[in-house]
Amino acid sequence: MRGMTLIVKTTASLLIGFVVLFGAYIILTGHLSPGGGFAGGVILAAGLLLIVLAFGADPLRKGLGHNFALVWESLGAVGFLAVALLGFIAGTFFAHFIPHLTGFGLLTGGSIVLSNIAIGIKVGAGLFGAFLMLAAFRASESADKTEKGDGNDT
Amino acid sequence: MAEVLLPLYALMAFMLIAAIIAVETRDLLSSVLCLGAVGFGLALVDLLLKAPDLALTQVVVEIIAVVLLIRAVVAREDTTEESLSDTPHVAFVGMVVGAIVIAAFVCFQQLVPFAKPLMTMGEAYLRSGELTGAKNQVTAVLLDFRAYDTLGEATVIFAAIIGCYALLRTRGRIGNRR
Amino acid sequence: MGMIHEFFPYVLCVLLFAVGLYAIAVKKNLIKIIIGVMLIHNATSLFLVLVGYRMPETGESAAPIITRALSGEEFFRQSVDPVPQALVLTAIVIGLSVVALMVVMAVRLHEKYGTFDLTRIRKLRG
Repeated sequence: MRGMTLIVKTTASLLIGFVVLFGAYIILTGHLSPGGGFAGGVILAAGLLLIVLAFGADPLRKGLGHNFALVWESLGAVGFLAVALLGFIAGTFFAHFIPHLTGFGLLTGGSIVLSNIAIGIKVGAGLFGAFLMLAAFRASESADKTEKGDGNDT
Repeated sequence: MAEVLLPLYALMAFMLIAAIIAVETRDLLSSVLCLGAVGFGLALVDLLLKAPDLALTQVVVEIIAVVLLIRAVVAREDTTEESLSDTPHVAFVGMVVGAIVIAAFVCFQQLVPFAKPLMTMGEAYLRSGELTGAKNQVTAVLLDFRAYDTLGEATVIFAAIIGCYALLRTRGRIGNRR
Repeated sequence: MGMIHEFFPYVLCVLLFAVGLYAIAVKKNLIKIIIGVMLIHNATSLFLVLVGYRMPETGESAAPIITRALSGEEFFRQSVDPVPQALVLTAIVIGLSVVALMVVMAVRLHEKYGTFDLTRIRKLRG
C-alpha cells in the first residue's frame, strides 16, 4: 500500500499531534467530563489510523507495526487487571486503593483515572491492530497483482 | 416535552430512511455511506437525549467503521446479482411491517413510558457521587459499581481482535510458503 | 401531549431493528449482511438510551455529570439514568470490534472465492 499525496501527508503530520492530544485529554478527564477510556481509546485509534492511511506502509517499518499494536493491547489489558488486583490493598477486587479527594481536580478520581488510562491504551491499540491487519493484507494482495502486471490500483 | 420530541422524531425518521436506502441500494459504496448517515444520526439523538459520552464515542466509532467497510469494498469487484424473484413482494413486506408495529404498540404499553424511567438503581448511583470521587456518573457506574462488567467487555474486545489476527495471518498458512 | 408519545419512539426504534433484520434475512451480499448487523446494533443502543431518558416535572433534564452549576438535590431530580448509558458505552466499542472481525472474514472469503455473493460461495465448496 502506497501513501497518499504530499498535501495529505503534510496535513496528516500536522494534525496527528492534536488528535493524540485530544485523545489523551479525553482519557485523563474521563471522570470529570464526557469521555473516558473507551471514547479516548477510539480517538487514539482513529489518529493512528490517519497515519496509516496517509503514509501507507512506511510507518509499519518504523516500529508502528503489528508488534506495537499487540504489545500495547496486552499491556493495557494487564494494566486493567493490575488495577483490579491492587484493589486487594483496600480489601476486595476493584476496591479503591487510592483515596479520592472532593472537588473538581484531575486527581480526584482515585483508581478510576488508572482504569481509564489502561482501558484507553487497550482499546486504541486493539482497534488500530485490527485495521493494520486489514491494510497490510490489502498491501500484500496488491503487491501480488503488480507482480503479475495486471493491476495498477493504489 | 415537545422541544425534545419533534427533533427526536425528525432524526429517527432520517435514520430510518437512511437505513432503508443503505439496505436497498445496488452500489456497495453508497450503501456504506448511508450506514454512516445512520450512525451520525444516532450520535445526534444521543446528544439530544443527554448522553454526551455516547455521542462522542458514537461519532468516532462510526468514522472507523465506515473507513473499515470502505477499505473492504473499494477495489474489490462485486459480482452479486440481486434478481427480482429474491426480493419479497410489497404486500408481504407491508403485512410484516404492520404486524411489527401493532405488536410493538401492544408490547410497549407494558414498558415504562418514555421520559419517565424507573431509576431504582440509577437514583442510588446518582446519590453516591461522593463514594467514588468521579463527577461523571457514567464513568462511576462503568469503572466502579459495575467494573466486573467492564472487565468482561474488555475480554470480548481482546478476543475479537485476536480473531482478526488469526484470520489474516500470512505466516504458517498452508499453501503460503514465503 | 397525548398518550401516543409515551411509547411511539420505541416503535420507531423497533422499525429500525426490523430493517436490519430484513437485510440479514433476505440479502445475499456479505457487506449488506454486515450493514444489517450494524443497523441492529444501532437500534439496540438507541433503545437503551431512550429507556434511560428522563424528563423531570419541572425544569430541564440534564446529563449525568455533576458540575459546579448543577449539584445536590437539583442534580438528583434532573439527571437522566446513568446505568443504560454505561452499558451502551461498552457495547458500542464491542460492536466496532465485532464489525472489524466480520469485515476481516468477508475479505478473506472474497480472497478465496472472488465474490461477496453468499449463494455462489456456498456452491463453490473447497
